Amino acid sequence: MSAQTEPPTTLAQFHGGLKLKDHKQLSTQTAIAKLPAQQRYTIPVLQHIGKAGEVLVQVGERVRKGQMLAQSKHLLSAPIHAPVSGTISDIGNYPVPHPSGLPAQCIIIDNDFENDWVERNPVGDAAFHIPPSTLRRMIRDAGIVGLGGAGFPTAIKQTEIDIKTLIINGVECEPYITCDDMLMRERAREIIAGSEVIGHIIKAREIIITIEDNKPEAIAAMQAAIADDTTGYFRVQAVPTIYPSGGEKQIIKVVLDKEVPSNSLPNDIGVLCQNVGTAYAIYRTMYHDEPLISRVVTITGHGVRQPQNLEVAVGTAMQACLEFCGTYPQANTDIVMGGPMMGFNLHSSKLPVVKVTNCLLTNTSASNLAQPQSASHLPCIRCGRCVDVCPANLLPQQLYWYSGARDFERVVDYHLFDCIECGCCAYVCPSQIPLVQYYRHAKSEIWERERERKEADIARQRHEAHQARLEKQKRDREEKLRQKREALKARPADTAANDIGKNAIAAALARVEAKKKQLDLAPKNTDNLSAEQQQLIDAVEKRRKQSHQQET
Amino acid sequence: MLFAKASSPYMHDDSSVQSIMRKVLYALIPGSLAAIWFFGWGVLVNILIAAITCLAAEAWVLWLRKRDIRNTLLDGSALVTACLLALALPPLAPWWLTVIASLFAILVAKHLYGGLGFNPFNPAMVGYIVVMISFPREMTFWTAPVGIAHSELSFLDTLQIIFSGHTSTGIDFDSITMATPIDTLKTQLGLEHDVETTRQSTQYSPLFDTISGVGWQWVNAWFLLGGLWLAKHKIIDWRIPTSFLLALTLIANFFAVYDYASYSSALFHVFSGGTMLAAFFIATDPVSASTTPRGRWIYGAGIALLVYVIRSWGGYPDGIAFAVVLMNIAVPLIDYYTQPHTFGKPQK
Ligand code: SF4
Ligand code: SF4
Repeated sequence: MSAQTEPPTTLAQFHGGLKLKDHKQLSTQTAIAKLPAQQRYTIPVLQHIGKAGEVLVQVGERVRKGQMLAQSKHLLSAPIHAPVSGTISDIGNYPVPHPSGLPAQCIIIDNDFENDWVERNPVGDAAFHIPPSTLRRMIRDAGIVGLGGAGFPTAIKQTEIDIKTLIINGVECEPYITCDDMLMRERAREIIAGSEVIGHIIKAREIIITIEDNKPEAIAAMQAAIADDTTGYFRVQAVPTIYPSGGEKQIIKVVLDKEVPSNSLPNDIGVLCQNVGTAYAIYRTMYHDEPLISRVVTITGHGVRQPQNLEVAVGTAMQACLEFCGTYPQANTDIVMGGPMMGFNLHSSKLPVVKVTNCLLTNTSASNLAQPQSASHLPCIRCGRCVDVCPANLLPQQLYWYSGARDFERVVDYHLFDCIECGCCAYVCPSQIPLVQYYRHAKSEIWERERERKEADIARQRHEAHQARLEKQKRDREEKLRQKREALKARPADTAANDIGKNAIAAALARVEAKKKQLDLAPKNTDNLSAEQQQLIDAVEKRRKQSHQQET
Repeated sequence: MLFAKASSPYMHDDSSVQSIMRKVLYALIPGSLAAIWFFGWGVLVNILIAAITCLAAEAWVLWLRKRDIRNTLLDGSALVTACLLALALPPLAPWWLTVIASLFAILVAKHLYGGLGFNPFNPAMVGYIVVMISFPREMTFWTAPVGIAHSELSFLDTLQIIFSGHTSTGIDFDSITMATPIDTLKTQLGLEHDVETTRQSTQYSPLFDTISGVGWQWVNAWFLLGGLWLAKHKIIDWRIPTSFLLALTLIANFFAVYDYASYSSALFHVFSGGTMLAAFFIATDPVSASTTPRGRWIYGAGIALLVYVIRSWGGYPDGIAFAVVLMNIAVPLIDYYTQPHTFGKPQK
């Protein structure tokens, strides 16, 4: 039994989806090239979903390559590291690649070109004898985030609780992007080594490498890399090329025929999904003790002379990547970061490459993309094409209708928050309505309202807590009385019936005795204080409970 | 810097409302030509009158509402409304009848509700119903199909009849008009004649030739062809015509088997009157139809049921307009209760 032959699994399908022209051959003509070292690197402190870390270095300080620059104790965070050795020349707000276009805190390093690494102690194969919790901490300290796009800190996803299947996702369903494809073609063994570590951490029982069937070279390379696994632990699964099958929930549906419940994570149904790039980064950490300081980026589109994949240090100016590939003097400066379906437009090419930069798509207008979505699109004609392609099986036209009407209750009723913003609906809409833009608006507005409501709630709760304290005092008094009465009643039942009288008297005596002791021992002021403290604690408890209820 | 504001997706297929409407118009051509061939120049004159009125009315409202006149007129929806309306009206309808119906369709049914995309009722059918109720006599001016007519009208004669009500050559109106097969059958059944006797009688047998009447069967067949082409190119949703035709066949078949003397066959129903036009062009108007996949099955079947009821027991000859508008009323309810099962939600 060889692992390289696929078991004849029948694949499931998710609803809708699109067959898109993939434009991938543009950037797969040459091998992954390494971008030469640059003079200056700009490293945003926050590069992923979650909280920004605390900066650990100062302006003027010399840092070594791989040295940690910022870290946070917050669970949902990932540290950042120096991509080169050199001097910190500034720490401050600079433009970063983010849909909002707002500047954010960045650390600037001037390269000294000495390639002076911090001391490294790779664990190598010993990783399989290290407890998972330690490995998770190592992955976290290496600043590894999901490289597929969202940039969720990786270590958090790797729980050990009941995960059966690990999916290493090589489905790169967006047109133009080929960085995962090239990585699989060229570094299959490394990806497998990294996957094995993840599999060890989560105690996976099987590892499925999913690749779309339009990437035969990558499939062949990955199959060759698992050829000597005779246990069937690894399996390469080709899946049909349908956008957006690369989505976590979609790929799980396709290969396992399971639906991740709305509002939950794949963990909840025993699956972990990791991008091939992430597996590769984990390999680098385990076998080279390298933090995540570089990644493969697809530079493509018709704005560069030689579209290709580059291995780029995090913090490199995008302009340097474009120039390496050859730009045209009169080229349009529009760049999309990510793919044409879910990426976003950048306002300049002077921004740094960050951990989640998988693709820079140039000259979108000449590539016949980004048709000006004028403010006056036609109204929705309810044709239902959007319904036919929605992978979440929503009614996009109704979402559009109610988000346009700002009827947010209805929008949520029609499951706005199950929308994955894949853009299929907007792609087919004959009225060319920028539907996803409406959904993003509605979502952020609902979040905003929720926040305001929470703030109002806190004020109200303060008032209520005061009321509650008064109530509590009253209830406590009543409770004590009631307990007393019950104790009197309950006692006789405990003991023999004929002893009622004697026992009751004895019990009463004992109680009096105990009380006396208590009074003697406990000074009066402490008594009062503890009661007050108790009330405070109760109030806090109550508030916490209430806010918890509100959240859920 | 317009692109900087645009958000993803940055790709789009090449569809547009304009191209959809254009294809609908193309698909109407074979059926319309057949209608002109069998029922005379009046059909074409109707189309022209309706088109001019609808476009002018649309332009006027857009001007009043300070909207982009050029682009909206070019979206083609007014032209489609005009054609559907004209094809539904009798070929020799006086010009003012067509004008009134067109004005109602565009001004009231479409723009009073907010224009394209916001009209809850099918505009062409609202226009049709208004004149049907107000001018029932004129609505029976169907020309006899070619081959049966006692005399055939020239283009000029047709123009004269439509614009002045009589011809210079003094052709007798009765010699050129004739009740439709559906209408005829209804009258005869009312006179206690059964389906077969009516169809075989010397008076009517030429009209009922072969399946569902001279001309009518061919007009329907050509509309069916155009409709299939639209469905194949995904311009219209295939569910509505399928469920409409399927339901009509089943219901008609049920009654025809139950009492073949008083109910005509399923084939007759499917290929007569405006059935195919309704199935592929009228019921599929996306704006006023149900928009959910399951809802469209219900919507199509509902129209079929109402059409059959009105044809068999109602007071009007062909019930398509009423059936469509009645189902339009039910659309919000249907849509609400037929939402698809969202990914990741518990199965209901
Ligand atoms: S595709 Fe566009 S026009 Fe058609 S129903 Fe959806 S939102 Fe409306
Ligand atoms: S963007 Fe949202 S509504 Fe549109 S197709 Fe994707 S999941 Fe469905």
